[in-house]
Amino acid sequence: MFEGAIQDLIDELGRLPGIGPKSAQRLAFHLLQADDADVARLVSALQRVKELVRFCATCFNVAESEECRICRDPRRSDESICVVEEPKDVVAIERTGEFRGRYHVLGGAINPLEGVGPDNLRIRELMARLASGEIKELILATDPNTEGEATATYLALLVKPMGIAVTRLASGLPVGGDLEYADEITLGRAFEGRRAV
Amino acid sequence: MQKLGESDRIITMLTRRHGRIRAAAKGVRRTSSRFGARLEPFGHIDVQVAGDLGNHGRSLHTIRQAESIELYGKQLGRDYPRYTAASAIAETAERLTPEEYEPSLRLFQLTLGAMRGLSVAEHASTLVLDAFLLRAMASAGWAPALTECAVCGAPGRHAAFAVPAGGSVCPDCRPPGSARPAPSTLELMVALTAGDWLIADASDASQRRECSGLVAAHLQWHLERGLRSLPLVDRSSSDGES
Repeated sequence: MFEGAIQDLIDELGRLPGIGPKSAQRLAFHLLQADDADVARLVSALQRVKELVRFCATCFNVAESEECRICRDPRRSDESICVVEEPKDVVAIERTGEFRGRYHVLGGAINPLEGVGPDNLRIRELMARLASGEIKELILATDPNTEGEATATYLALLVKPMGIAVTRLASGLPVGGDLEYADEITLGRAFEGRRAV
Repeated sequence: MQKLGESDRIITMLTRRHGRIRAAAKGVRRTSSRFGARLEPFGHIDVQVAGDLGNHGRSLHTIRQAESIELYGKQLGRDYPRYTAASAIAETAERLTPEEYEPSLRLFQLTLGAMRGLSVAEHASTLVLDAFLLRAMASAGWAPALTECAVCGAPGRHAAFAVPAGGSVCPDCRPPGSARPAPSTLELMVALTAGDWLIADASDASQRRECSGLVAAHLQWHLERGLRSLPLVDRSSSDGES
């Protein structure tokens, strides 16, 4: 245990996700020895992120203005919306370069064990967007786990009666891997989702 | 299931011989994980856990290997009412095992049977849930009295039901404010406890709703703290209703 400011810093760093007491101590001493300019830049970045970053009023992705970069982009298609759980999922899909529509960030997945139900997610806001009549396809890109699957099932039940095409991201084998190492669930899903060549 | 670090999870498991245990599963949130899919919720798995099970609670054990026996989560995730019912079953099982490493074979069998029952979709999900809750409460020692008075033990079906008294109560013992469920609702509760699915499947929506209300009230009275998942159970579906 240290005293005063250094212990306060260790305690604060230790509250961050994935940072244990040892890592917090290592980071605190690194900062103590770092150049003043480096520390000032870090402090400024922390302050700026809290001051400037908010949620996009349309899709709930992170944004620095009323709407995020993707919602403001006039070149993107308004006919499809890709539903994801978290803003980081938007980044992952954007990296593929395959999707040119809009996004909707739910803010999590339905997980009754954690007390998260449909009302705790931005499902009402999604339904309001779909009611505009412009959307032709809703792509459900929630995580490929039980909670993500259940959330997709719930959304599909809500949206299908509106006459909008609802699709789910395919599950399957990772590129570059050997078939024999795939687990039975992933391989089973890959079989279910096989396509004609 | 709880996220841990960058890509790990802490998995809570109900085991046949060691009661409820928690263990870390390394790297299972990565898409390249070899056994992450087998550790999804509601599955029946054969698992190898590294660490001394005698060293209770002092360190988190690590899951080394997991083989699937039957992964019910696969079907349950695709059926929203069944998914919410399975969540309530899992949370109840966890709450009924407050201490880790205390074997509870009966609860293990009930939980496994309930997951299997939900996945085969033979009966309505709310019936499977209520049957599990009634039997799990019985295994914990707080079965609601249904065929005798909860206070004086007078045999017979009594019209009033008082959660604080422990179930149905005779006219002499009936505390003020007792519920008066339909006789057929109490009959449904008896059928669910006994596993009489012919009667249970023939019940109507109002009986099922009233039964679920009484079962939930009874459970939460004894658990003292409400279940997070129970209010989220989707009871709108009429699957399996005849």
